[in-house]
Amino acid sequence: MIALLTRDLRLAVRAGGGFGLGLAFFLIVSSLVPFGVGPEAEVLARIAPGILWVGALLACLLSLDRIFQLDFEDGSLDLLATAPIPMEGTVAVKALAHWITTGLPLVVAAPVFGALMNLPQPGYVWIFVTLLIGTPALSMIGAFGAALTVGLKRGGLLLSLLVLPLYIPTLIFGAEAATRGIEGFENTTPLLMLAAITLAAVALLPFAAAAALRINLR
Amino acid sequence: MPEMRRIKQRQDRYNSVWEWANPIKFMWFSGVALPWLVGLTVLLMGVGLVWGFFFTPEAVNFGSSVKIIYVHVPSAFMAISAWFMMLVASLIWLIRRHHVSALAAKAAAPVGTVMTIIALLTGAIWGEPMWGTYWAWDPRLTSFLILFLFYLGYMALWGAIENPDTAADLTSVLAVVGSVFAFLSRYAVNFWNQGLHQGATLSLDKEENIADTYWIPLVIAMVGFGAFFVTLVFVRTRTEIRKRRTHALEMRERMADA
Repeated sequence: MIALLTRDLRLAVRAGGGFGLGLAFFLIVSSLVPFGVGPEAEVLARIAPGILWVGALLACLLSLDRIFQLDFEDGSLDLLATAPIPMEGTVAVKALAHWITTGLPLVVAAPVFGALMNLPQPGYVWIFVTLLIGTPALSMIGAFGAALTVGLKRGGLLLSLLVLPLYIPTLIFGAEAATRGIEGFENTTPLLMLAAITLAAVALLPFAAAAALRINLR
Repeated sequence: MPEMRRIKQRQDRYNSVWEWANPIKFMWFSGVALPWLVGLTVLLMGVGLVWGFFFTPEAVNFGSSVKIIYVHVPSAFMAISAWFMMLVASLIWLIRRHHVSALAAKAAAPVGTVMTIIALLTGAIWGEPMWGTYWAWDPRLTSFLILFLFYLGYMALWGAIENPDTAADLTSVLAVVGSVFAFLSRYAVNFWNQGLHQGATLSLDKEENIADTYWIPLVIAMVGFGAFFVTLVFVRTRTEIRKRRTHALEMRERMADA
């Protein structure tokens, strides 16, 4: 499994387009919003946590189809399916690799891009914390969506249509926890809910995703 | 006693629910039931809606706009019930591999989608005079919008996959996972605030339901919408089964030609 992880990471880094693209997309989204709503500092400060969350979510979405598609096309997914490690493990490792190459850079970059959005001081910590807790769920849910659509010709658009509704709870709790933290309110409950979604997604979705992959490889 | 055993066996066979999963049996039963269902639908929807629209007093503070509940509440109820039926049918397909079940889930999806749209639209039309706005990000409204998105994704996945069995499998998995997330979203949007929407108007365990004059036609309309849903699902499932059969016949002919 570690070999698979290092292989995926190496592929993502050397093939290019992995995390560079997601980060660039995130930067563009967070700089487009001020163009759209105007540069008033107060307005931006108020919507900053939500926009950063939506931006991170969309950036995550961008690279989802790469989780299985390339391996499916060159046949290595078939090899992985017949390999001694269970399919669930393969899916979990692939989601982890996706998180390390896409989610983690977003988490690190979000406070920096927050400066563009005039994010209030405590926001830097809260955006970092909520994204750190929430983005693994985004990768895992995305891996499930990618597993559903892996064999399809124009799976990309369908993938977004399937995955975005599944992202809603994560987005609500994540943005809510960040906003409440910034405004100085109690935010333990949304944080715990966010963590619960991530843990449940990591624990259960590999089974659903592996089932979908097996169906697609039949 | 072999005679007794044979009778027992026959009874077992005929008493099983799964008997109805046989396409031939389903076609026979739905063919017989359909005219009755259509009649029931027309009767109940007609009585419920006409009674609701023309023979209920106008509520104080609401005017005649209150009458939209005879469409709004039943369609909202059916929108959720349809998704629940799809979930059950998907589980039956995943566990027992009955084709009729998968086709029934496929047939129910567009009906449920339209019910969701009707609920959203009538809600918007009603909301404008009542709350002064067509749309608000209120928990109930939001969860219906989310339900609508789930319906869209589900139907899009059906349409995108060519192999029917693969499509049935994948959409069933999606229906199961989607139900969990739809439920989560419902809970998550409650987090914002209480919202504009009134609480449940009808419930069995609560004393203060709306007055009987409104309640009786509303219940009739709801049962009517339920019958309407079953009728449409039967018709659509029959169409799907026939489509499968014609497809199988075409394939057989092509095999014979080759």
